[in-house]
Amino acid sequence: MSHNSKILIIGYGNPGRQDDGVGVLLVDDLHEWAERSKLDFIYTDSNYQLNLEDAATISDFNLVVFADASKEDIRDFSMTRLKPSPVADFTMHSVSPAFILHICEQIFHRSPEAYLLHIKGYEWEFMSEPTAKARENLKKALEFIKDYIMKYSESAAE
Amino acid sequence: MGQKITIEPVTRVEGHGKVTIHLDNDGNVEQTRLHIVEFRGFERFVQGRPYWEMPVVVQRLCGICPVSHHLAAAKAVDVIVGAGTGNGLTPTGEKMRRLMHYGQIFQSHALHFFHLASPDLLFGIDAPPAKRNIINVALEHRDLAIQGVMMRKYGQEVIKATAGKKIHGTGAIPGGINKHLTEDEREYLLNGDEYMDIDKMISWSQEAVEFFKDYHKNNREVIDGFAEFPSSHLSLVRKDGALDLYHGVLRAVDSEGHKILHDVDYQDYDNYIEEEVRNWSYMKFPYLKEFGKNKGWYSVGPLARMNTADFIDTPLAQKEFEIFKNYNGGKPSNKSMHFHWARLIEILHSAEKIKELLSDKDLIEGELVIRGNKTFEGVGLIEAPRGTLFHHYKVDDNDMITMANLIVSTTNNNQPMNEAVNKVATKVMAGQREITEAMMNAVEVAIRAYDPCLSCATHALGQMPLEFEVFDFNNNCIDRKFKG
Repeated sequence: MSHNSKILIIGYGNPGRQDDGVGVLLVDDLHEWAERSKLDFIYTDSNYQLNLEDAATISDFNLVVFADASKEDIRDFSMTRLKPSPVADFTMHSVSPAFILHICEQIFHRSPEAYLLHIKGYEWEFMSEPTAKARENLKKALEFIKDYIMKYSESAAE
Repeated sequence: MGQKITIEPVTRVEGHGKVTIHLDNDGNVEQTRLHIVEFRGFERFVQGRPYWEMPVVVQRLCGICPVSHHLAAAKAVDVIVGAGTGNGLTPTGEKMRRLMHYGQIFQSHALHFFHLASPDLLFGIDAPPAKRNIINVALEHRDLAIQGVMMRKYGQEVIKATAGKKIHGTGAIPGGINKHLTEDEREYLLNGDEYMDIDKMISWSQEAVEFFKDYHKNNREVIDGFAEFPSSHLSLVRKDGALDLYHGVLRAVDSEGHKILHDVDYQDYDNYIEEEVRNWSYMKFPYLKEFGKNKGWYSVGPLARMNTADFIDTPLAQKEFEIFKNYNGGKPSNKSMHFHWARLIEILHSAEKIKELLSDKDLIEGELVIRGNKTFEGVGLIEAPRGTLFHHYKVDDNDMITMANLIVSTTNNNQPMNEAVNKVATKVMAGQREITEAMMNAVEVAIRAYDPCLSCATHALGQMPLEFEVFDFNNNCIDRKFKG
């Protein structure tokens, strides 16, 4: 299946820090699914954290979903529409998705539709395997995002 | 009893830290401390794991400079597999690793200068945070912002081509590297699309150095007079004294430029360097044994490297190195803001090195790995973007790690950062009872010059808002502010 809309899913986090890596794991699974299903309009990327060069990367896409682990008070996962934010709440070496979106607008004059997919995590130790609860949340988030992408692509094709 | 001001933690610096400033009865600065409050546990974590996992496992430490940890661990493990002490690899193995490393230096320095330091320089240290950030650089100096973003991206592409992937890269393996560079990758990095062009990267690097020198010309007081204090400096240098970010011997000079550590083999680093634990910080304080805890501390990083090296072996960076050295009268620079200048010279050097390596056929063909007789201990050192990074492992008969010691760049800079905070605080905070934006900014700028990665230094996970606390001479908190 090919499509006019280009979709990018970016997972970020450290898979060596237990549940911190669920965003990256989601992208790994999604990449496999897109390849197997020959969905060539879906692109994936992952890194330890977001940084400014991601503003250049997302400027080429119509839809961007950032996938990350979350400590926040959510049930299992949540997806929220991102608005560009100029708030430079970044630490020395990483930035927020909303900030990336803002930089993309300011520098590259592009505004892809963007969402943040938060997957609830629980433990953050020096371990590769996420907790069972986080894995369960990851599974639910994966099914949700697959469905979302297919619906998005169908509506974009109309 | 005096007053105490606490700044906790520091924005735009990874990890978690706080600054306390103790004032005496007259409001003068009596003592300052940069506290690191996260727990340090990584060395214990790797014990009992097989040594060959180390180059990949250590990347769990921190996602800021995984390539530096990957390579330092690989160099230590090279020794254990009998592949020599840093110079025994095949030409392909060493050159691929060097390319990876220069890609890392290039992107890390670009991030620091364009997106963290340039707002301070363009808008002034005293400008409000709403103004002094990358958004306003993008609005008012769009070309500069684009250069910064694309230089970061270029460096990341070099890492991807050499390490194999961005997360938990596997390029460096015990005794060498696991892949060649493909012709397509080489062509892409030499002359890819609009921005993937090494000549453009060199040209932009030169422009960045010129930008800094122009700024310096008009702002001598800001650059030369801010947080200057005498310090010793330590780094690897090549055996002939050239700047070498991947391998060499350990050299240290004092604040006047006299050699105080004479080009020693880093396998013996623990004969020369010791780490002190202080009860108010989880980050240790390394020092040269010969000179003791109080006088043996040193700084590492770009400025230290300019101060220890005799020359640079790439022509454009050498020219800038000579200008830098002449400006400082041939002596070490002890000016904290000269870190930015040094960092830019290293960006230029890295870009030149990347071009040189991309033209080398050893990247495309040749033996990848070499092995020898197993040993039971190995030390790997590398000049990471933030300074000298030490990895030291011991293994048992079953190849399991029995001891690990990591001295990360930011830990090496622990005392110098404390000195810088003290210098600035003494100047701008004396007599103050209320925390002002200018006070917070000045301390933050001083720490940021070192580009510290406290996450790495403490092996923690987390971000850093900024908190200030002021205590009166009875240790009562009289003012407290958060930032970031």
